[in-house]
Amino acid sequence: MLDKNGIARRIAQEVQNGQYVNLGIGIPTLVANHIPEGLDVEFQSENGILGMGPFPIEGTEDADLINAGKQTITALPGAVFFDSATSFAMIRGQHVQLTVLGAMEVSANGDIANWKIPGKMVKGMGGAMDLVASAENIVVAMMHTNRAGESKLLSECSLPLTGVGCVKRVVTNLAVLDIKDGAFHLVERAPGVTVEEIVNATEGALILPDLVPEMSL
Amino acid sequence: MAISKEINGVEEACQDVRNGMTFMLGGFGLCGIPENCIEELVRLGVKDVTCISNNAGVDNFGLGKLLKKSQIRKMISSYVGENEEFERQMLSGELEVDLIPQGSLAERCRAGGAGIPAFYTPAGYGTEVAKGKEVREFNGKPHILESALTADFAFVKAWKGDSSGNLIYKATSRNFNPMMAMAGKITVAEVEELVPLGSLDPNEIHTPGIFVQRIFQGKSYEKRIEQRTVSQNK
Repeated sequence: MLDKNGIARRIAQEVQNGQYVNLGIGIPTLVANHIPEGLDVEFQSENGILGMGPFPIEGTEDADLINAGKQTITALPGAVFFDSATSFAMIRGQHVQLTVLGAMEVSANGDIANWKIPGKMVKGMGGAMDLVASAENIVVAMMHTNRAGESKLLSECSLPLTGVGCVKRVVTNLAVLDIKDGAFHLVERAPGVTVEEIVNATEGALILPDLVPEMSL
Repeated sequence: MAISKEINGVEEACQDVRNGMTFMLGGFGLCGIPENCIEELVRLGVKDVTCISNNAGVDNFGLGKLLKKSQIRKMISSYVGENEEFERQMLSGELEVDLIPQGSLAERCRAGGAGIPAFYTPAGYGTEVAKGKEVREFNGKPHILESALTADFAFVKAWKGDSSGNLIYKATSRNFNPMMAMAGKITVAEVEELVPLGSLDPNEIHTPGIFVQRIFQGKSYEKRIEQRTVSQNK
């Protein structure tokens, strides 16, 4: 089974040379720490930076330089700042090639819910609806089940949706799964996890190939 | 001779705000917010206002200060976490809240300033956001119709500006400020440095002064950091 850093490490393998990538808040942010040396990748944060670098050395934090999670960051050589309309033109116009974001629920037809729990939590969707509506490649980083052990990979989302039919790949603590033709397709299992465990933790339709390789991390 | 937008300070900038007006306020989180104007709106006690802003501040800073005094009737935002008073007012029904996707919010402000009454976007299709909105297919993909936003006053914050109202922002404090500057009937710009006319390079101006009606140099910026994250010294 993977921890949050393990999920981020596996997702880092999805990133290709020359890509512009938007990382959401939470596990997706950790992906930046696992990009292999020598890969040319630029990270976009939707509040208005392309070429985002690591957190600043203590004492050099700048209140005017933050990411979409409101964390202090740095700008790498070649970085650029822009306004929010330009930022979402990059996203909606599909200039950003890979989006990694978290989810509370994902369904077998690619719907995603991650912005609201009615009556309990209303924080807003931020940029998530724009991102999922337009990105060509969306990878969702999430835990396979909730704290009560119930599946978060469902036949239908129960929470208010963020986007419909948009998720193509999900990386969880248990597995890598693709979504196509209204079903989850098991691609890889996490180290030490059996196919049976994945079947038991997946409520939505799940298609199993003859052979399910273990992830190489 | 250039048209001067320079005024004496925040009191003159906000002298004709009234109850029930709609305000736009620039900023993302607490980054690039018009701190001086928010303080003045709190001091004036203007009530029943609609605020269009990506976020709603935190409990004791930014728009949180207006919320605490129950001056806001309606918020139009994309993300409102980090604010318990906001959540309390929303759940009790005291505060009306319209949550919209961040990119749609930015574009609705831009459209308002650019004379485009509405536009189609794929963001929010098939979700609560699409309720009551026209749906139309383009290139085989469904889109929803979003309308432009304008405001009686837009309050924006820039790094440097001149008396013509030309503005330059610093780093990611730019965010919503340029679009909101365009969409205000009266746009008030507060700047950290009001520089002499002619000293800004026209090649590097982000907001042309035509969008700004009033400009002044702000005072005592706190520039609070929400999430101070650092790397270890090497």
